[in-house]
Amino acid sequence: MEFYLEMLIAGLIRGAIYSLIALGYTMVYGIIELINFAHGEIYMIGAFTGLVVAGLLGASGLPTLGILVIALVAGMVFCAGYGVTMEKVAYKPLRKASRLSPLISAIGMSIFLQNYVLLAQTSDFVPFPRLIPEFKFLEPISHLLGSSDLVILVVSSLVMVGLTLFIRLTRLGKAMRATAQNQKMAMLLGIDVNQVISLTFMIGSALAAIGGVLIASHSGQINFYIGFLAGLKAFTAAVLGGIGSIPGAMLGGLVLGVAENLPIILSAFFADIGLNIDIPNDYKDAVAFCLLILILIFRPSGLLGRPAIKKV
Amino acid sequence: MRAVLSVSGVSMDFGGLRALDSVDMEVREGEIVALIGPNGAGKTTFFNCITGIYAPTEGEVFVSPPGRDRINIRHRKPNQVTGLGLARTFQNIRLFPSMTALENVMIGRHCRTRAGLLGAIVRGPVTRREEKGIVERAYSLLVKVGLGRWANEVARNMPYGAQRRLEIARALATDPFLLLLDEPAAGMNPQETQDLKALVTRLRKEFELSILLIEHDMKMVMSVSDRVVVVEYGKKIAEGTPAEVSADPQVIKAYLGEESDA
Amino acid sequence: MRELSRGLLASLWMVVLTAPLLVVRVNTTDKVVTWRWGNMLWMAIGSLLLFLAWRWAMARRGGDVQAADQDSWFDKLLARIGQGPLRLPVILGLVLVALVLPLFVSMYEMDIYARALIYVGLGLGLNIVVGMAGLLNLGYAAFFAVGSYTYALLNHHYALDFWLALPLGGLFAALFGVILALPVLRLRGDYLAIVTLGFGEIVRLVLQNWDSFSFGPSGIANIARPTLFGREFGVQDSAIFIYYIALALVAVVIFVTKRFQDSRVGRALLALREDEIACEAMGIDKTGVKVMAFALGASFAGVFGVVFAAKQAFINPDSFTFIESAMILSIVVLGGMGSIVGVAIAAIILQLMPEYFRFMADYRMLIFGAALVLMMLFRPEGLVRAKREHYTVKDLSPQTEDK
Repeated sequence: MEFYLEMLIAGLIRGAIYSLIALGYTMVYGIIELINFAHGEIYMIGAFTGLVVAGLLGASGLPTLGILVIALVAGMVFCAGYGVTMEKVAYKPLRKASRLSPLISAIGMSIFLQNYVLLAQTSDFVPFPRLIPEFKFLEPISHLLGSSDLVILVVSSLVMVGLTLFIRLTRLGKAMRATAQNQKMAMLLGIDVNQVISLTFMIGSALAAIGGVLIASHSGQINFYIGFLAGLKAFTAAVLGGIGSIPGAMLGGLVLGVAENLPIILSAFFADIGLNIDIPNDYKDAVAFCLLILILIFRPSGLLGRPAIKKV
Repeated sequence: MRAVLSVSGVSMDFGGLRALDSVDMEVREGEIVALIGPNGAGKTTFFNCITGIYAPTEGEVFVSPPGRDRINIRHRKPNQVTGLGLARTFQNIRLFPSMTALENVMIGRHCRTRAGLLGAIVRGPVTRREEKGIVERAYSLLVKVGLGRWANEVARNMPYGAQRRLEIARALATDPFLLLLDEPAAGMNPQETQDLKALVTRLRKEFELSILLIEHDMKMVMSVSDRVVVVEYGKKIAEGTPAEVSADPQVIKAYLGEESDA
Repeated sequence: MRELSRGLLASLWMVVLTAPLLVVRVNTTDKVVTWRWGNMLWMAIGSLLLFLAWRWAMARRGGDVQAADQDSWFDKLLARIGQGPLRLPVILGLVLVALVLPLFVSMYEMDIYARALIYVGLGLGLNIVVGMAGLLNLGYAAFFAVGSYTYALLNHHYALDFWLALPLGGLFAALFGVILALPVLRLRGDYLAIVTLGFGEIVRLVLQNWDSFSFGPSGIANIARPTLFGREFGVQDSAIFIYYIALALVAVVIFVTKRFQDSRVGRALLALREDEIACEAMGIDKTGVKVMAFALGASFAGVFGVVFAAKQAFINPDSFTFIESAMILSIVVLGGMGSIVGVAIAAIILQLMPEYFRFMADYRMLIFGAALVLMMLFRPEGLVRAKREHYTVKDLSPQTEDK
């Protein structure tokens, strides 16, 4: 039984990270209807920025928690910068173009950023220092919930609550919602749509950076390619929850995180009931893609999205 | 006279909104029927329901193609409905803007021709004959609606009135027995409307068509149609000859407002 | 002057933004930090120049898509060749060059040219799906894989001949295309793109993990080379033979694409891109037409997959990653969606360039990515704009018009 619980928690941790990245997809999609293919690379750049910070401060004698905070902030700031720059260069000039143009541009951006990091840093896997300190009080249950697990869960929950409050309560949040509903109308009412779009990219990218730094510290190694898969899965999570819906992205991430452990869980379950069916764990990525295809076919509006009506 | 289209109890809901409320109507062979009503009464929704673009929430839609038994088309796809012989035009013109007038009409022949992948690649005599037939038929239809000299012009560059006629030619290319026209005279000047009226009556005779049209131009409705059906708020409120309908107090109320019961 | 100061600002922004990753490199195991200030200088100069070029290009475009409708000198040149009396000589000349090429180049180069031709075929196949049908397929490499594995596996288990595998590979790939297309084609454009990407990855993951079926990551080796009426070739002649096979297949594929484009179905496909609802109202079965295009495109990939397996004599799942799909997509986008000539040129350039510009090898993918973005911004129609001949009525006057 304990094994299943362990799997569930591991799934939730990964799911929390997916949620953080998925928020960026869903917010951008909500506002300009673009699948920002390069969003996963922002997450990867966040992880690398964290690595650089940790490397620079590693010898300074600061406590690891302090380094973690600085790494998170630096990651958020720089990723926000990358996000805004990317929007200005690759998407903004294409706002009036056909739907496929910005998507192809985004794919180009994704390939570009991957190779930029590859050339600027390295093509190998690099070890990432453990920035999350060990908490003593977790020791009795550490096999179930380690300290990095706890930090990820707490930080991501806080971020999501903060984001929800921001969008619900602040002026800028209202402007974002208005722009998502009807861009032209928002513009006529004096909302600076360009500013709102930039802000959306900034927030989305900063959230991805948090995810990047946390997961890097959790898994202990990174390379230039981690953004591709993580981005795809986060996108799946966003679609699963209903793209454009912020609570949907959070829920979708968690569901996907748990669902990915299905191959292990099923294998264990089959073993428990005496069947000898072993599903290789490598199929966990395929689970995400199958899930994506099934949702899009059977419920394209996702778990929390609303179906669209065809207009003639 | 037998009915080519008979609709019974058709309702359409969008979320909580009932856009059509149990509408019954019939179009008989060779008839021109006008569907009128204030803006937002559900006329275009009705068209979408009988052409398969929407699946009605309730009710049945039967068509009777010439020489065949009546068929329920409630669950058919739009292209299947067209295949059975219902063709339509659109309120907000939907041509293929970058294709020429001729090509637009050629597309209408799609459902009456068969060349597939293999035919396309081998391009044997059968395919070539078919292609030639498509071009000839399309051009003759263009001539019929008075657009012969526009044949090689790209649709988006054509004048508005010509685009409306082109939509009719394209619909005719599908060999319909029932033609559905959605506000064909919208945006036309009086002269163009006159020409359109003449065209509609002529096409009915020449192609042995039955026609159902939505129109706001009352002069045209009254002079061209055999029967008029009036809808308001998704409900049918009157039906009859143009004279009957224009004398109906409920219709007058719907069009002129409350105080007109004098 | 204002431009320059804005350029300096942009340059400063880029320098700061890229500083952590470009300047610092940390080695966490040895705790060594390397500072590379030189990179910062390059970034400053580079981004300033790029910014100025950018502003210039944007100003020239007028920030407007309308400008893209004007023909450049390149378009005009192509139009001259394409329609004028030069057309036939140019085509014949190219064919002749392609035919005698093996006499002049080394075996190594032969291999590269054969590969370039395979990519021409792949580009043309994806062109039908993306360029003509407007369906963004990001998992095209999966169909390439289906073709390759069809030959590799059937040859491994049953010693199946190359020539039999060729149509089979195309057929299986088309079948996969239909299986994928039927459920997903009603999805909106960008969703379709992601689903095809997911499908491509699933195929690769299965090939990678289902050891008993596909031999997993270690792949399949010793795939038989093609024979000519039972005659076998040595390694060297074989390379030439495969080059000719690929060349012939490219010719076939171009022929098929052209015929398809000018057919009833091709016309419907074009109309579907302009207005789906109007098409349905005209009786076009939109799913049917799209599935046909999807399957035809996939079958090209399958056929060239067989050629690829025969050329390499060894395949494993690494040849069919997303990057492969992205590469083929780049060929279509850079060449010009819908343009046969453009796609062929782009495929050859993209395949040959890395070979002849070795010093650029590291920057290859970086340039690809940037090229995709820039292409969308400044010339979304690609190198060669797809031109279509309209159906016309030759003789407009004689018939009297009814009014």
